[in-house]
Amino acid sequence: MALLDIKGLKTHFTTDDGIVQAVDGVDISINRGETLCVVGESGCGKTVTAMSILKLIAMPPGKIVAGEIIFEGRDLAPLTSHQLDEIRAKEIGFIFQEPMTSLNPVLTIGEQIAESLRRHEAVTRKQALERTIEMLQLVQIPNAAGRVHHYPHQFSGGMRQRVMIAMALACRPKLVIADEPTTALDVTIQAQILDLLQDMKERLGMAVMLITHAMGVVAETAQRVVVMYAGKVVEEAPVDELFGNPSHPYTQGLIRSIPRIDLDAEHKTRLEAIGGSVPILINPPPGCRFASRCKHAMSICTKQEPQLREIAPGHRMACHLGDAS
Amino acid sequence: MVSAVLLLLLIAAVVIGPFIWRVSISDIDVVAGMQGPSVAHPFGTDDLGQDLLARMIYGGRISLAVGLAAMLVSVFVGTLIGALAGMSRGPLGYALMWLTDLFLSLPQLPLLLMLIYLFRDGLKAMFGPEGGIFILIVLVIGGLRWMPVARLVRAQFLSLREKEFVEAARALGASPVRQVVRHILPNALGPVIIAGTIDVAAAIIAESTLSFLGLGFPPDTPTWGRILYDAKDFLDIGPHWALFPGGAIFIAVVAINFIGDGLRDALDARKVI
Amino acid sequence: MSQYILRRLMIAIPSLLGISVVLFVVLALAPGDPFSELATNPNVPPEVQAALRTKFGLDDPIYLRYLHWLAAMAQGDWGFSFVSRINVDTLILQRLPTTLYVIGSAQLLALLIAIPVGVYAATRPYSLFDQLANTFAFIGFSLPTFFTGILFILVFSVKLDWLPFVYTDVPGSGIPWLLEMIRQAIMPVMVLGLFQAASMTRFVRSAMLDVIRLDYVTAARAKGLGQAKVIVKHVMRNAMIPVVTLIALQMPAVFGGAIVTEQIFRIPGIGSLLISSILANDTPVVMAVTFVFACLVVLFNLIADVLYGWLDPRISFR
Repeated sequence: MALLDIKGLKTHFTTDDGIVQAVDGVDISINRGETLCVVGESGCGKTVTAMSILKLIAMPPGKIVAGEIIFEGRDLAPLTSHQLDEIRAKEIGFIFQEPMTSLNPVLTIGEQIAESLRRHEAVTRKQALERTIEMLQLVQIPNAAGRVHHYPHQFSGGMRQRVMIAMALACRPKLVIADEPTTALDVTIQAQILDLLQDMKERLGMAVMLITHAMGVVAETAQRVVVMYAGKVVEEAPVDELFGNPSHPYTQGLIRSIPRIDLDAEHKTRLEAIGGSVPILINPPPGCRFASRCKHAMSICTKQEPQLREIAPGHRMACHLGDAS
Repeated sequence: MVSAVLLLLLIAAVVIGPFIWRVSISDIDVVAGMQGPSVAHPFGTDDLGQDLLARMIYGGRISLAVGLAAMLVSVFVGTLIGALAGMSRGPLGYALMWLTDLFLSLPQLPLLLMLIYLFRDGLKAMFGPEGGIFILIVLVIGGLRWMPVARLVRAQFLSLREKEFVEAARALGASPVRQVVRHILPNALGPVIIAGTIDVAAAIIAESTLSFLGLGFPPDTPTWGRILYDAKDFLDIGPHWALFPGGAIFIAVVAINFIGDGLRDALDARKVI
Repeated sequence: MSQYILRRLMIAIPSLLGISVVLFVVLALAPGDPFSELATNPNVPPEVQAALRTKFGLDDPIYLRYLHWLAAMAQGDWGFSFVSRINVDTLILQRLPTTLYVIGSAQLLALLIAIPVGVYAATRPYSLFDQLANTFAFIGFSLPTFFTGILFILVFSVKLDWLPFVYTDVPGSGIPWLLEMIRQAIMPVMVLGLFQAASMTRFVRSAMLDVIRLDYVTAARAKGLGQAKVIVKHVMRNAMIPVVTLIALQMPAVFGGAIVTEQIFRIPGIGSLLISSILANDTPVVMAVTFVFACLVVLFNLIADVLYGWLDPRISFR
């Protein structure tokens, strides 16, 4: 049984202009101890999907209108925010995108890590402090015992993201959702943080749901990959299968847009970008949502929505291409 | 919307009121004194039997005129200082902003009272008792309320100065004055209008406060605050005397503030205020 | 931290000097020099007139006169009130505690109303409670204090006869005296406090709304802390930082309201002293009281700065 099984999740936002169907029928499942990458452009619904799991989206205007979020056999979707407090941080940890703004500027980092320990575990103030220092050492913050009493503004971006990781992992959750944890960081720091995350995952034996828009990150870290486009899953496969046999035109576009430094000048092709941008998800057109940007678009694509179907073991995709064959 | 209609009604009442309600403001009829509202006197009478409706219409003209005039003064001074501070990158800008902050921390009402105390005799001699006080009150209220406008205008200048269309104008060789008048000021207008609207309300309150403290217009000039001042010693026997002018001030101020708030939402200027 | 306070103190001094210059210039510009008016007042004996003339150095250049005046003010020599026939500083010191008592209680009342209401309204934006709170706040700060004061007197003194509408120096001591002191302060404190609470509620609400949607609040919710703890520990603490500044900026208006309130309820504080001295042409008292008000504003700004530094750890390190 999967650790987390999201089925048909629909999260919609009510705005002045209409209802934004940010997540519109998403199925994602994660096994214990697995690293799953969710990729897609900005605005394709990755973050909303992740935030919906713990109901961290603003409600209103956001609302989970349909679907199940089954975590260890229990559906989280109908739970209230108050009931979810037992799951948050303890069972499912969350690492946010912006380390610069995700730490409270007026509390010491130690206080911010310790408060989730004190919330979920019966520890004294002193024990919580010790565990916090331990966590800071684990995420390789030098002089952890002294730094624990410092405020966020006394840390660099990379160090803050380490603090965020320590915060998310303090209660040893079974699943960690990392929402673009490296996007806001310098390139050199990005690799360090990904390594740290990988290292922590192995030490603590948790599953990781890594949300990113960078295919490079996917290739390095993932075991399985889910590709999202405009609020829907368009392809899902083990990482080697996805890179070896990308089937959806959108996935192919994403892979072609990775700069290749391993090819010599002769074999270099022009770096390809996918033309256009993600459509606005208010009253989306019928049919495939990618059709307007797809080079292979056929007449059926604008009429009928393609369904996810299995094309190889563990490899599913939603496209009309190859339907006929 | 409701507040705009209310304010227009109020303005219409004080502007055309005297042509419809042709009762003298100073006819004394002691026998009919201290009467509550009646057909002959819709708002009742004061201790001397003077008709309160007529006095309030007359006073409303002054109160609203003071509010508008003081707003114009404060917007003018504020725009001038803000524009100067926004354009100069040197010490002048800093000095002007220091001055603005200094004025912001001045205790307004005591200073207002002191200025009126010191200057009223001189101006009274020059422009007559009503004119002198009017000029003084407008200048002093306006002169003590320009700081928010100055800050807004400066902030607008600083952000707009670097915007493309101003750069384009500069590249095309537009003179600084032309840049300011043609390109920057119109863009700074929104927040200034909002601040100005709120200033009108503040000026009306300030004038009423002065009159209420007995330091505004002379007793024979019945502004709303002055009527309230005269009425406050007769609360037990003639509450209507205080309620009507107080209510009028309140309605005017609420309406103006609501309009200011509505404008702020409409212009989405929340960030700059 | 102490270094930060010291630095704020150093900034407060120039603004006090600036205010004193403004006051002095106003005085010097006034037609019919009020100082000489005082010195030529027939009520003042000739030898005092001569003493005053030399004391104020009426024929000196203006900057010298300013320095003289400043030196005198700094030494606590604030002149002589010829209406009350005592020294101005003694007079003000007699009256000041009453004013501070009323203003202090009113501020306290305002905080006690504004913080819970503003916080609760911000956690449920656009709910019925929020809209009601907003409307009342709007009406509250559009109602001038002199009118609310009159309304209160009408309702609670004239109609209901619950509270006295004139503030007096109650003789006696002990519990009954204390109760009477509290009873007569209820209306002025309510008038001033509700007026303050109205604008403070708006400040608190909008500051809370600004903070509530920040990333670190979502991060705090992701820890499963629970709504109440997130609001109090993460949102309120941060929202109070801008609120402190806004309240400090309101101080001049608070003193304005205090003057009016003191006048309505005839409270023997420095506000009513200012009005009566103006009506009695008692220039030294007018000057001194205005200056005291200015000092109080600067003092409260200083307190706000210190609070700000205490609330925001980033400040002390700058």
